[in-house]
Amino acid sequence: MTGQRVDLAVVGAGPAGLAAALAAAEAGVSVAIVDAGVRPGGQYWRSPDPGAGPFRPTTLHHGWRRFATTDARLTDLAGTGRVRRLAGHHVWSVVAAGDHWSVHCLRGAEPRQRGTPDPVTVHARRLVLATGAYDRQLPFPGWDLPGVITAGGAQALLKGNLVVAGRTVVVAGTGPFLLPVADGLARYGARVAAVVEANSPVGFARHPGALLGAVGKLGEAGGYAGRLLRHRVPVRHRHAVLRALGTDQLTGVVVGRLDRAGRVRAGSERRIACDVLAVGWGFTPQLELALQLGCATRVDVDQSLVLAVDDDQATSVAGVWAAGEATGVGGADLATVEGRIAGRAAARSLGAEDVPDDRSTRRRRTALRGFATAMHQVYPVPSALLAGCADDTLVCRCEEVSAGRIRHAVTELGATEARVVKLLARPGMGWCQGRVCGFATACLTARHAGRAVTEPDLRAFAERPIAAPTSLGDLATPPDDGHPDGEPA
Amino acid sequence: MPDLPLSPRTSPTPDLVVVGAGIVGAACAYHATRAGLSVTVVDSGPIAGGTTGAGEGNILVSDKEPGPELDLAVLSNRQWRDLADLPLDDTTFGRAVELETKGGLVVATDQATLDGLARLVATQRAPGIEAVAVPTDGLRDVEPHLTHDLAGGYRYPQDMQVQPMLAAAHLLRLARRAGATVLTHEPVTGFLRAGERVTGVRTPRRDLPAGAVLNAAGTWAGQVAALAGVTVPVAPRRGYILVTEPLPPLVRHKVYLADYVADVASDSAALQTSTVVEGTRAGTILIGASRERVGFDRTVSTPALRRLAAGAVRLFPVLRDVAVIRAYRGFRPYCPDHLPVIGPDPRAPGLHHACGHEGAGIGLSLGTALLVTQGLTGQPPALDLDPFRPDRFGPEVPR
Repeated sequence: MTGQRVDLAVVGAGPAGLAAALAAAEAGVSVAIVDAGVRPGGQYWRSPDPGAGPFRPTTLHHGWRRFATTDARLTDLAGTGRVRRLAGHHVWSVVAAGDHWSVHCLRGAEPRQRGTPDPVTVHARRLVLATGAYDRQLPFPGWDLPGVITAGGAQALLKGNLVVAGRTVVVAGTGPFLLPVADGLARYGARVAAVVEANSPVGFARHPGALLGAVGKLGEAGGYAGRLLRHRVPVRHRHAVLRALGTDQLTGVVVGRLDRAGRVRAGSERRIACDVLAVGWGFTPQLELALQLGCATRVDVDQSLVLAVDDDQATSVAGVWAAGEATGVGGADLATVEGRIAGRAAARSLGAEDVPDDRSTRRRRTALRGFATAMHQVYPVPSALLAGCADDTLVCRCEEVSAGRIRHAVTELGATEARVVKLLARPGMGWCQGRVCGFATACLTARHAGRAVTEPDLRAFAERPIAAPTSLGDLATPPDDGHPDGEPA
Repeated sequence: MPDLPLSPRTSPTPDLVVVGAGIVGAACAYHATRAGLSVTVVDSGPIAGGTTGAGEGNILVSDKEPGPELDLAVLSNRQWRDLADLPLDDTTFGRAVELETKGGLVVATDQATLDGLARLVATQRAPGIEAVAVPTDGLRDVEPHLTHDLAGGYRYPQDMQVQPMLAAAHLLRLARRAGATVLTHEPVTGFLRAGERVTGVRTPRRDLPAGAVLNAAGTWAGQVAALAGVTVPVAPRRGYILVTEPLPPLVRHKVYLADYVADVASDSAALQTSTVVEGTRAGTILIGASRERVGFDRTVSTPALRRLAAGAVRLFPVLRDVAVIRAYRGFRPYCPDHLPVIGPDPRAPGLHHACGHEGAGIGLSLGTALLVTQGLTGQPPALDLDPFRPDRFGPEVPR
């Protein structure tokens, strides 16, 4: 059978998706959890391949017990048939088909490999999108050198394979996420030469209210900082990596000190030798499925395009809820809370009765959202860094588009928004479809056009009618389950 | 008699306001400035933001039956070839806009379709179309990866392809260099009138008085015409295009099935797909073409994408394992009789139209611009404009 009918499909098995699925299933509705990963947990609770070696989850994972409890409960419910867990399912398209949503999935870890199982379509009366986020990147000279990876990539390698990305590592960018990445690498034997943080946590002093609401978050960060100290990892605040050095392979980085406006202070440049640089500038939510359905978006405090949702986590499209980073980057605790609210709201809309009141959950969400907002304000992307992006700096690695070609598209060819820059100069047109260069291209476009980044700029790199690369052969195969996907009669 | 008074360059009132910064508006702005007119282009969005940015960049003569549209296609084809050699910065216009004179290949799956294609070819010769018969066993010399299940085909050397957004941007740039002003993100909300006569347009930011106004608003041309109190029945016809991962050259020509011609001319509202496959300079392969009348619905249609994929794999089996990394949609501006609307509007003196080119606007833009400019400057038109008259649809709007 390649088609499945359920009350609710939850896309994503990270903190938000698992919480939504469990809340809805406990309210009595049938749920399918659709996730690209082979094992549940998403990026946050990514667990290693069984053959990767001895694994003590508490060394790498925060809140692992919550995950284990949720996962066990879902496994129990799967035994009763109320929950279906569709792992290794890449959703490439979601479409409305009469009274339900058709969730089209490709199977297998690599969709393009031959001999992978046939595509699957899940038919669901309601949808919860918990599609998470990926690392936000900024271009700088040398960032295409082997050895330069994303902070999330280093973390995934560690959590998923118990592999340390290099011998000597520099972790750079901005945000509290850099700390657990550096801590994990140090614990598993890497020498972390420096954590290079563009901002300073001193900024939190301006947000006392947000801190009071989420005291645990601060303790979490304090724990990492203490462990980094014990591992003798220097944390350089208000610094940024300016260049990656090396010809065929990364050999080091040049870092510089930033002033309050984010400009590099003259004479502050110094070299740090390393064979891996892990960079992260926050996260970009994955919205392609929501945008396929026409869900409304907004620009969040961190300049990310996110889904607009109401108090029930409902999107602007009836029958579709969203939770987690897709509605605003805020971490796993917030995602869990949002997932629970979304799952319960979806269950209620399906007629489930006696669904628990969410009042305390909603209060918790307000507090965590407040903390996330403060975090975004304390850890902004320094705009001066992009302003210093020289014409010959590569921005789009897939299509080899330089910052100069983006400038040319705006100043010479008359592009006034990022979508037109993409059409004229091809950034974001290659394999990654703008996942890597989209944010930078949107910011550079806005800068050359003399204005702030807008929702249309960001949308230009978030809309993907095909959410995952799909072979023409697979695409040509209609679901063989008696539920044609909205094919006109 | 000249249709409009020529005002000096320095006048704050331009000779012409072009509504629409897509390929047709850009071509008209370019031609008009070349003819010495002062021009302001105004668009509700960015340049090349509508259908121009959502097509393959077809400059085709092969897909048209003899008649006014084919005559316009032949006129335009010549214009594109002439413009290709124009020096531009350190290159030529043709290279800057990725103009490729690669030719088309039309193939038929069975003998009956091939016979029909042969009859079409015979009628196309008089208007000046070259077509070379390719027998079954010669098809793979022309396109090595084509399926064996074909009855034969015809090669059309005059067919070309261009990167349409670059073409529009460079035409506007040339117009700007000749003094034109381009105003983007500024919707036209009304017309300035002196009695019956159109004397300019109004936007939320300003009044733009002008000697004449050209409606080149593409799929939105009907709405612009309505602001002037006239009916031009342009409606959207949605299409999808699939884009593959970049590949080494696999497909040399624009290759399509002969039934494409019938689908283009069809009046059906239902989803139709006819297989069109071609490579681009970037290495990607573009796969079209679907047609459906669903208004401006921007949600994704999986059936359309599936049919396009199936058609491409049937024509080029080698594509089965090739990944599609992107799909995009556009809304072709079509009129009930599938002909564009070109020329002065007798119902609103001072208003001209250049719209309704359906899926052929890129190719037809330069010829259209020539005809429009001839009308504006009182030159005799290169083609009979009667089939393109704005008021040809009569008082009732066909639906």
